Amino acid sequence: MSAAKNQKVLPGFGIALGYTVLYLSLIVLLPLSAAFVEAAKIGPSGFWEILMRPRVLAALKLSFGLSLAAALVNSVAGLLVAWVLTRYNFPGKKIIDAAIDLPFALPTAVAGISLTAVYAPRGWLGAPLAELGIKVAFAPLGIMIALMFVSLPFAVRTVQPVLENMDSELEEASATLGAGRWTTFRRVVLPVLMPSILTGFATSFARCVGEYGSVVFISGNMPMKTEIAPLFIVTQIEQYDLPGATAIAMIMLGVSFFFILFINLLQAWNSRRTGTTKA
Amino acid sequence: MHHPGVSYEGKSVSRAARDPLWSRVFLIAGALVFLGVLLVLPLATVFVEALRKGLGAALETFANPDARYAIWLTLLVAGISVPLNLVFGLAASWAVTKHDFRGKSLLLTLIDLPFSVSPVISGLFLILVFGVNGWFGPMLNSLGLQIIFAVPGIVLATVFITFPFVARELIPAMESMGREEEQAAVILGASGWQILRRVTLPNVRWALLYGVLLCNARAMGEFGAVSVVSGHIRGETNTVPLHVEILYNEYNFVAAFAMASVLAILALLTLVAKTMLEWRIQRLQQQVVLERTRHRDPALVGPQP
Amino acid sequence: MSLAALNISKHFGKTTALDNVSLEVKSGQLVALLGPSGSGKTTLLRIMAGLDFPDADCGARLLFHGRDVMDLPARKRKVGMVFQHYALFRNMNVFDNVAFGMTVAKRSERPSKAEMAARVEELLAKVHLSGYEGRMPHQLSGGQRQRVALARAVALRPEILLLDEPFGALDAKVRKELRKWLRAFQEEEKLTTVFVTHDQEEALELADEVVVMNNARVEQSGSPQEVYDHPASPFVIEFMGNVNLLLRGRKKPGTQPTSLYVRPHDIEICQYVSGHTLEARVLHVFSAGSVGRVTLEYLETGEMLEAEVPRSEVDAMKLTAGQLVGLRFRHTRVFAKKDQQRQELVEVPYQHPGDAPQAEPAS
Repeated sequence: MSAAKNQKVLPGFGIALGYTVLYLSLIVLLPLSAAFVEAAKIGPSGFWEILMRPRVLAALKLSFGLSLAAALVNSVAGLLVAWVLTRYNFPGKKIIDAAIDLPFALPTAVAGISLTAVYAPRGWLGAPLAELGIKVAFAPLGIMIALMFVSLPFAVRTVQPVLENMDSELEEASATLGAGRWTTFRRVVLPVLMPSILTGFATSFARCVGEYGSVVFISGNMPMKTEIAPLFIVTQIEQYDLPGATAIAMIMLGVSFFFILFINLLQAWNSRRTGTTKA
Repeated sequence: MHHPGVSYEGKSVSRAARDPLWSRVFLIAGALVFLGVLLVLPLATVFVEALRKGLGAALETFANPDARYAIWLTLLVAGISVPLNLVFGLAASWAVTKHDFRGKSLLLTLIDLPFSVSPVISGLFLILVFGVNGWFGPMLNSLGLQIIFAVPGIVLATVFITFPFVARELIPAMESMGREEEQAAVILGASGWQILRRVTLPNVRWALLYGVLLCNARAMGEFGAVSVVSGHIRGETNTVPLHVEILYNEYNFVAAFAMASVLAILALLTLVAKTMLEWRIQRLQQQVVLERTRHRDPALVGPQP
Repeated sequence: MSLAALNISKHFGKTTALDNVSLEVKSGQLVALLGPSGSGKTTLLRIMAGLDFPDADCGARLLFHGRDVMDLPARKRKVGMVFQHYALFRNMNVFDNVAFGMTVAKRSERPSKAEMAARVEELLAKVHLSGYEGRMPHQLSGGQRQRVALARAVALRPEILLLDEPFGALDAKVRKELRKWLRAFQEEEKLTTVFVTHDQEEALELADEVVVMNNARVEQSGSPQEVYDHPASPFVIEFMGNVNLLLRGRKKPGTQPTSLYVRPHDIEICQYVSGHTLEARVLHVFSAGSVGRVTLEYLETGEMLEAEVPRSEVDAMKLTAGQLVGLRFRHTRVFAKKDQQRQELVEVPYQHPGDAPQAEPAS
């Protein structure tokens, strides 16, 4: 831009941007930079020492592993739900569609205690499952279900609009070429949906990694067994071990960041390859 | 356009793309069972558990002053955070959508940042800044101001968590409106405030409401971040979600679920309002599309002088 | 009020939108900025309105009646503007749209409710939309919206009116009607008017002066007749309507290559070939209409030509495909490169075979 005068056509730019930046700095950037400064004080060896504590390793493994599992299951289930909601008609469809967003609206603490009640050894589903020898609440499986609950809307809502806007001619063309429904789905529909499924997977995962409220009730919080990383951070804070908490927080942020970056690169690669735009 | 086939939601899906009955039934049933177990069952449980010992026992929960205080505090926190983030959302969307400047995409990324930070971690951030040994904690303490383990900390945590909600809805809405109407207004001599109030806001009011609704739902229900900074002092720093936790950990299940029902009802109301707003916004968009097509159709052009 | 935009340059990043463009409009004149998309015409209009700004270092000036208004913000320039897509406030009815400018005026300058109502009523009568006060923009047709936008633009009695492709989004019939109406309206209000268009017919029919723009520069400006009859460059010729192009002297060494332009209606078809005509063969005759369109092959070079002759002549000469005919050009424009190095084109005289040499234009 060579317009050095930097004139603006519509009024209010200065005050709007000024306020935005000021507010952003106070609310978001200040705390964030504090975290970076405090993390820098710990130093690489400090980080390593904290990371190598068995309890920390266990918590991180549990958090990332279960988040990955929950996001994976949700990607499949989310695709199923989105498919059913866009392709078929059945009574109560609109209500079901609206209910998908329940996890967005329902406070996580409420989700946490009710999921615990459902899956506790004497709960509605917990009791029959216990008889089969499957322990859900106070076990990793329970944590995974809580994570699936909170991240389901991400998995559904990213795929749904793409499915809605998909040209039915694609499938028709495939059918006229003699492909069966399953082949059509696998070879024609799925590749179109893949970018949005990946996006849904990434956002679900990011949400799961940070989740606290719904998990803390159902997990049982046993160190080395069912203690997730956010809970461990809370424990560290309560014990006034702020450097420890900060170190784990930064590791979690870093891993999430790289994960999202990886997914974005994958997306970019995919869209370059197919010439389609990112969902 | 006449496709031989069945119309789903106004779109025609030809027979070629129609699945056999058995697979449709199977898929629908699968999805419904999944959603039933994952979503509906826990929601129903909240109310069933709350009413396990009768309505009277559930209502007794709200006679407790600590419970009442928690409700009041939750309303207060939402009452402060939502307007703050609303003003921010307006300023940010005005700057971002109606002007061109360098660093816009960086700004947009930063606005979305709180979405990708775990609530617990954002609580930790606040402790690092405002805690007893934090950057500003000692200074504020000497002034007699306590942020962490007090109401201001709860408000700050909530503001951080709900920071992007309004901006996120407003930015695309304002973007899709374009700038021409504002430019027309400025040529007619309108000031910035007049343009915002009379031209821009009326056109994005549903998106604004939508953002406020989501912001409010999250503000009232936030648990992780608030839990870290609140200190769980009954009757002082306990919001409704925190009070639910305390009651639950005391094995006072009826009271815990009664409190939780309040939040669940709030969530349901939010969902209903949200769905209605979505339908409304969808209708408006369809209207715009309709106008555009009509606009080009000479047959529909009205009488000319 | 007269208007002058002087030395306007504008770059968007690396693209040049305007390259030292100057333009003057006399008071009360209607000027058309004509050019293809991307020629910079809309940018120039938006700079006049205050919706865009020229490069800071180009010494640009914008004079309204001799006063430099470049530093005035859009809201203080007091121009009327009609946007290409009208930009009606979609949340306001017709009355509120037209009255908007008055309602946002400073309290001291704001007319009373009754005055406002009277002014809106007067304007709506002028744009033939009386009784439409309560309609919302989406309930109006394109032509109606256009007139509401016009009424809104002139409600504050600006002395300068700017229109961006005012008829671009309308269908052909409505466009023609609105054109006449706009001309009458502009004359009655004595508005100094600049309008942007890519339609040469519209510019020629409507404007007192046509400014042809191409590639961020003004190619030519003048009265419609001047621009049509004496196009200053091949671009203008080609842009102003259908034209045949004959390349001459490309193969003969030693001669200067030229481009000869002749409009279809400037080609005269003679039944017989003579020393005063060029020889051509009829390829096609389309005579369904008031004018016969004849496609011809110029035998000397094999180039194709299109001629428009009255139906009566087509019928009288019984023109059919394959027939050999003579051609005479009533009016031509010939351009040649100024010299070997420079790309600039200058006009050179054209001599029809068998005619006395034309007088060299005094230079």
